[in-house]
Amino acid sequence: MIEIKNLHKSYKMGSNSLHVLKGINFSVKEGELVAIMGSSGSGKSTLLNILGMLDELDEGSYDLDGVEIKNLNETKAANYRNKFLGFVFQSFNLINYKNAMENVALPLYYQKVARKERQEKALKYLEQVGLKEWADHLPSELSGGQKQRVAIARAMAAEPKVLLADEPTGALDSKTSYEVMDLIQKINDQGNTILIVTHEPDIADMCKRIVHLKDGVIIEDKKVEQVRAAQYVQ
Amino acid sequence: MFNRDVWKEIFEAIQKNKLRTFLTGFTVALGIFIFVTLFGMGNGLNNTFMKFFGDDATNIFRIYPSTTTIPYAGYKAKRQIVFENGDLDGIIEEFGPLVEYITPRIQRGGVVTYKDKSDNYTTYGVGTGMQFAEKTIMMKGRYINVQDIREKSKYAVIGRMVEKDLFDTEDALGKYIDVAGSVFRVIGVFQDDGGDREERNIFIPFTTRQLLEGNNDKIGQITLAFNKAIGYDGAMKFERRLNTYIRKKKEVSPDDPRGIYLENVTENLKQTQQFAGILQIIIAAIAFVVIISGIIGISNIMVFVVKERTKEIGIRKAMGATPRTIISTILLESIVITAIFGFIGMILGIVVLNAIQGEFLEENYFITNPGINSGTAIFVTILLIICGTLAAYIPARRAARIKPIVALRDE
Repeated sequence: MIEIKNLHKSYKMGSNSLHVLKGINFSVKEGELVAIMGSSGSGKSTLLNILGMLDELDEGSYDLDGVEIKNLNETKAANYRNKFLGFVFQSFNLINYKNAMENVALPLYYQKVARKERQEKALKYLEQVGLKEWADHLPSELSGGQKQRVAIARAMAAEPKVLLADEPTGALDSKTSYEVMDLIQKINDQGNTILIVTHEPDIADMCKRIVHLKDGVIIEDKKVEQVRAAQYVQ
Repeated sequence: MFNRDVWKEIFEAIQKNKLRTFLTGFTVALGIFIFVTLFGMGNGLNNTFMKFFGDDATNIFRIYPSTTTIPYAGYKAKRQIVFENGDLDGIIEEFGPLVEYITPRIQRGGVVTYKDKSDNYTTYGVGTGMQFAEKTIMMKGRYINVQDIREKSKYAVIGRMVEKDLFDTEDALGKYIDVAGSVFRVIGVFQDDGGDREERNIFIPFTTRQLLEGNNDKIGQITLAFNKAIGYDGAMKFERRLNTYIRKKKEVSPDDPRGIYLENVTENLKQTQQFAGILQIIIAAIAFVVIISGIIGISNIMVFVVKERTKEIGIRKAMGATPRTIISTILLESIVITAIFGFIGMILGIVVLNAIQGEFLEENYFITNPGINSGTAIFVTILLIICGTLAAYIPARRAARIKPIVALRDE
């Protein structure tokens, strides 16, 4: 599904150049649930942003579902993001003047799905995250966990090839974190490919594979026995 | 681009961001409102000027006699020039086809009495042409005619206010009034757009006036209407020739600044029109500056709006919005807001202009029928919409170019 070879990325900071990713080789197969771990400054978020086409790579190659992601103009990148990727952010990033259902329907709007179908789909995904009754609530009327579940529903609504989550539990307490992870695991059980950036070991342990990043290189890449989050949720 | 979803998205954004919408809309509406009212007032001033001169005919020369200051042709200086009946005939003989009509005007003040009521009025001994020169409108009865002049009839045409003052509710027509000791029969009552003052005048045949003053043939001042077909340049030429002719006939030096004074209403009118025109240009310039500042206001607000929405734009881009959709959404939103509020401002302006017009404004501020033609108002509103769109385009394009990752980090 994802194939990365010899990926380099540096940022210019005035006259200095900060080399963040120093030759990453990495691949993800369909249906995997991968945690990308590392301390802050290890380059994990940069890696995720490049995977999500929110940022561009300097060197190396990136293939997504057999398509080479290279020299994309803004319009093309937008179309690919829309078709291939779903995003979940640490700070939820819901549009505050749209209700839960409208937020979930947003990627479908950019896929030019008809209004009625959009609403039906949005409701279906809201139901999947257990928030159907909250469909007409604004984000300000939802708790943090609920917001993140709306964000997950939104990421899933476009039926992406890969779901990218940047610290999805970073802003939540541990109980709510496990609820969100339970949801992510269930989505993964349905065969969806998911990448999670996190610095919390217990969250990483709930994935099937952990990739450790340090100073811009992968220092460890191992399969793990998945801890089910459901046992912490009643 | 113009499907229902796009519009729904735009109206939702407008509806749910009321303060932002209001700020933008208010600037636009205020700009257009001030423009429409200012421009309308300018038109009103212009109308007043037009009306001021519109109550008299404009193809008029007035020739006034006065005292000479230069000795000439054997006469000493300080000689009082007096026009006589023969001068009228002379002018007609000399300039016949150029003259539409010519009439003397002998002005006298005096007490006018009807029964127990009396007051001071100005009486003019005139010819038949004076009706056209003064644009006198007959309310009832008739004006002085050729027969009255020939027969030196003691007939008077009185103004509306004279009738009101002396006759109260009584009908003046056919009644006899005492004008400075002579009895005149009222044959007509007139009104005049020049106002109350002009409606307190009394006209009598000039020959009757001459008869009362010892059967002389002196005729105060001469009013002459030229044939309009000769145009402005023709009138200027006619004025010079007429001046030369009269000075020669009355033996006044061509270099004498006084002696004969010739007033050219056409030229006065032209100067006044120029003055009014310049006044209107100044007002239009002020109004235009108001529009410019409105545009600057919209630009500022659009920059703020786009800045405020940076994060939202980042989210939308992550969800797959292309730069094109982002630009077009922001632009359409700005067009819709400026269009709606622009027309609100325009209509408010027109309503205010209609509400304030009337006697008070006319008499205290010289503004008559302030108004703006709808073409100008709509043109300016559309101009503002276009400029607002251009002003929104630059920040919108910048927003669409921001990398989503940068936009998402924006707090």
